[in-house]
Amino acid sequence: MKRTALSQSAAKERTLKYLWKCLSSYKKEAILSPLFKLFEACMELVVPLVVAHIVDVGIATGDRMYIVHGMLLLVAFGAAGLAFALTAQYFAAKAAVGTSASVRGMLFTKLQSLSYEDIDLVGTSQMITLMTSDVNQVQAGVNHTLRLLLRSPIIVFGAAAMAFTVDVYAGIIFLVLIPLLAAVIVGVMAATAPLYKKVQEKLDGVNLSVRENLQGVRVIRAFCREEGELALFDGRNDDLCAAQKRAGRISAVTNPVTFCLVNLAVILLVFVGGVRVSMGSLAQGDVIALYLYITIILTELIKLANFIYIVAKAVSSARRIGDVLALPAEPDSYLPAEEGHGDRAVEFEDVTFTYRGGGAPALSDIAFSVGRGETVGILGGTGSGKSTLVSLIPRFYRAGSGSVKVGGVDVGAIPKETLRNIVAVVPQKTLIFQGTIRSNLLWGNGTATEEDLLWAVGVAQAEDVVAAKGGLDGEIAQEGKNLSGGQRQRLAIARALVRRPEVLILDDSFSALDYATDARLRAALRSVGCTTFIVSQRTASVRSADKIVVLDEGRIAGIGTHGELLKTCGLYREIDASQGGGEA
Amino acid sequence: MKQPSVLKKILIRLKPYAPWLVLTMAAAILSVAGQIMVSYFVGKAIDCLVYSVNEAGKRVIDFGPIYRQFLFIGVCIAAAVIGQFALSLANNRVAYHVLASLRRDAFKKISSLPLSYIDTRAYGDVSSVILSDAEQFSDGLLLGFTQLFTGFATIIGVLIVMFVMRWEVALVVLFVTPLSLVAAKFIASRTYKMFRAQAEARAEQTAFADEMIAGLKVVKAYTHEDENEEAFGVLNENLRKKSLSAIFLSSTTNPVTRFVNSVVYALVALVGALLAIATAGTAAPFTAGDLTTFLSYSNQYTKPFNEISEVIAEFQNALACAARLFALIEEPEEPSDEGLPALGDVKGEVRAEHVDFSYSEERPLIRDMNIDVPAGSRIAIVGPTGCGKTTLINLLMRFYDVDGGAIFVDGQDIRTVTRRSLRENYGMVLQETWLKTATVRENLCMGNPSCSEQDMINAAIAAHAHGFILRLPEGYDTVLGEEGTLSEGQKQLLCIARVMLCRPPMLILDEATSNIDTRTELLVQDAFRKLMEGRTSFIVAHRLSTIKNADLILVMRAGNIVEHGTHEQLLSQGGFYRELYEAQFEG
Repeated sequence: MKRTALSQSAAKERTLKYLWKCLSSYKKEAILSPLFKLFEACMELVVPLVVAHIVDVGIATGDRMYIVHGMLLLVAFGAAGLAFALTAQYFAAKAAVGTSASVRGMLFTKLQSLSYEDIDLVGTSQMITLMTSDVNQVQAGVNHTLRLLLRSPIIVFGAAAMAFTVDVYAGIIFLVLIPLLAAVIVGVMAATAPLYKKVQEKLDGVNLSVRENLQGVRVIRAFCREEGELALFDGRNDDLCAAQKRAGRISAVTNPVTFCLVNLAVILLVFVGGVRVSMGSLAQGDVIALYLYITIILTELIKLANFIYIVAKAVSSARRIGDVLALPAEPDSYLPAEEGHGDRAVEFEDVTFTYRGGGAPALSDIAFSVGRGETVGILGGTGSGKSTLVSLIPRFYRAGSGSVKVGGVDVGAIPKETLRNIVAVVPQKTLIFQGTIRSNLLWGNGTATEEDLLWAVGVAQAEDVVAAKGGLDGEIAQEGKNLSGGQRQRLAIARALVRRPEVLILDDSFSALDYATDARLRAALRSVGCTTFIVSQRTASVRSADKIVVLDEGRIAGIGTHGELLKTCGLYREIDASQGGGEA
Repeated sequence: MKQPSVLKKILIRLKPYAPWLVLTMAAAILSVAGQIMVSYFVGKAIDCLVYSVNEAGKRVIDFGPIYRQFLFIGVCIAAAVIGQFALSLANNRVAYHVLASLRRDAFKKISSLPLSYIDTRAYGDVSSVILSDAEQFSDGLLLGFTQLFTGFATIIGVLIVMFVMRWEVALVVLFVTPLSLVAAKFIASRTYKMFRAQAEARAEQTAFADEMIAGLKVVKAYTHEDENEEAFGVLNENLRKKSLSAIFLSSTTNPVTRFVNSVVYALVALVGALLAIATAGTAAPFTAGDLTTFLSYSNQYTKPFNEISEVIAEFQNALACAARLFALIEEPEEPSDEGLPALGDVKGEVRAEHVDFSYSEERPLIRDMNIDVPAGSRIAIVGPTGCGKTTLINLLMRFYDVDGGAIFVDGQDIRTVTRRSLRENYGMVLQETWLKTATVRENLCMGNPSCSEQDMINAAIAAHAHGFILRLPEGYDTVLGEEGTLSEGQKQLLCIARVMLCRPPMLILDEATSNIDTRTELLVQDAFRKLMEGRTSFIVAHRLSTIKNADLILVMRAGNIVEHGTHEQLLSQGGFYRELYEAQFEG
């Protein structure tokens, strides 16, 4: 479903243009490589003629010197062919590798520039497939195209043309044979294409089983579902095997049928040759040359079939990449720049927001403002729109109607880099990257000093994390796997603090922390003095905030301090009571 | 990576397909023989293209012997066609079946591997062994075996026919052709290093891209795009350079061997033509037709030599993949519990005695832990982050085994009963919600596939999931996607309903309610209370309000249970628990 949405959003005819752009930096190579291949092909095409002369002149007249000269000529053509081929291969490799590197770079840049909405649309796993296997397919496709694009037709049609120069009647056999062979190859490909698509679908099922069983290993074992899962996998695996065999059976037809056709043509050729020899218009050596031409065509066609397969795969990969490249980059700003005014740090003015593809608005009529240095709690149940609300502040998503302002300026008018330097977010799903604690913290601000880092670590209550890893230069594994959930959360908070942001957003960032750490952290944050948003489900986390915004199904159910809300907001009272607040 | 032993394992795998392999070889021989003889008879037919002049002074060709050759050619074509087709079919069958069985064994392995294996590896690494290594292995087998065998048969067959026809020319082919092998090997030995360098550069780049793409939203939040682009550019340029050397050098093999072939071809033409002149008019002349046959043989003979480097590379790759695959399949499993009795009729009394445990030897986690839990009681486990709460659950469920001491259920050491029977007696809701890509119904009935529709609906109602399930497009038959349309909280409600359907004697709730808003949670708590009645329950939660009613609270700190007792007892003790409890209301 994702896929169709994606391809529909991209204009079809534009999708392969980028490839030309990438290839155009290698124009010289892209022209020279096929050209040298063409020279190589010509060297090959001369060979049967030389052989014919050896037979008809050398052997017939017993001229040994003529034969030696013919042999030397053959070797010379071979050597020239080698030189041409090596040159061509080098240019092809250079162009292909260079093109794929630019495609990869372009793609990475594009992926990074996408808006959150498009990131959601494309999805992580597809992005990674694009970056790796799809780009590799494109590289192989470009490489083979440059090498075979001119060579194969030149060889096939050149052989036919040479046949005509030898004998017109024999040439007609070639004219019939070539379309027939082409029909077989195209026919088999057309017949197998849907079958290979089936194979791909079945493979997806097997992939799904494997991934699920790895990720859900605890649940599957806890529910003793190992056998059920194996049975499910077996079904998918057998389906895949059957689909592969079905597709393989049809592809298996290609070789025998082309072999059969070519050799029937040889029989016909010898027969026509016989008639023409008896008429005196052909010599025996000519028939040999014609036979050799047919053999050359057969060899070339086998290469061509393989080539078409590679190119077909490359084209579909290239289209997938093109679809993503056609997505618009997130604009730096939406609105003309304006001057900031007012003392409000953050304002929401009648904001309504709907996710793309979502039916009902995720947020409706949100209006409130926050003064500089204030702490705001955003409280609400699951799916009430808390995270959505805060993600509008750094303009991860753009408000549908109404306006979100930071420092008195609509966020649409602030260049995104400036905006995100002012607003630091600690997302719900904490991500820490491979490297060291230091390299992660420096994400917040590349120029931060040692003191800055240690200060941030201290505020984030992460001293023990740093100590446990042996200092700021302690190694962090990929995706922060060698840290616990709570450790990751605290490092993520420290990373945000290194930025010394004006607005700090903590999106449920305490969920893996125990109450004691949570409380110490909140106290420390208050001392920092930046405008702070705390998103939470627990009233305890927001109780001391200057202002609490209570959300219910995307609407504001109440705004006020803890004390005020207890009096005025029924929902807040209910939530607070459910968390044991009344007893405290 | 001992290749002989891998090869042996492959052969063992292939054993059941012995008849098919024999068929493959027979078909290959038939096809090769047909192809060789077609060239032979074409040569003979060409020899018949010599005219004589009849009485009327007209040139005539006797078509009789030519038709005879045509007949032979036809038979050979048929043999070659049948052989080729049978070869592909038999070979496909073997390759795909071996692939399927390897995939199955590797998949099955997931369920018997110790969790430490899975926890310490990226999912992608394990799944790429099961999926892409298996695929590449079978491709290598498919391509490698057919090409290797037919190549071999072609070389032998062509040599025999050539020597029978004319040994002088055959010698030329025999001695000059291997030059292409030498050339190919020379190139391959240089290419290998470059391919390795390319693989390393690629791995480095992929790892970087994987991580950054997974964290794309964070990258954007911290405007780290430029730094990433720069880092990626460096990796990309490095990969481009490495790829260029590897790809160019490997692509020189074909032209070079092709050149050696053209030398062979020229020499055959030379020797053959000279021989034709020398033997003209003798009893056994070397004819123009024979020369044609030899020229086409020199092509057929050199082809396997040209392909051999490619085939060997493919084969080596297949062996490397097979080695990884077998390493996974042969990875030591959890100690088998075959023959152990099942844990029957559990009351739910749980005891831990002197338990020691650590994930890695350098960092001991749990030391000398003792717990005694009477059947039916409610145990709350509290403590700061990273104190070992989740680990305790791993041990109770036997996801990991204790290093020292023992855990008992109803007085029985849990290592002396089957894991299955132990786990069947636990119901579990984990911190991370995990649902299958399947219908809501299949997910709910996971632990109890035979439950009735009404039971399922009751459980969903009790877990407050019924309402939103009905609002899904197809109700209980809605297929849940991988990333899905459900919120985390809704997923958790489904996980709770899933456990409710099992009604096990013991429960484990790890942060079970952390993603549900507190109003819903209140209702779920109520359902849980009913569920927990008479069941031994272990609850890990950060919310003290949810555990105040526990019969026993275990306070953990740095891998040890530092305090235990009821809420009131612990509060009056004024220790670590009290500190934790008060912290909640500090703000």
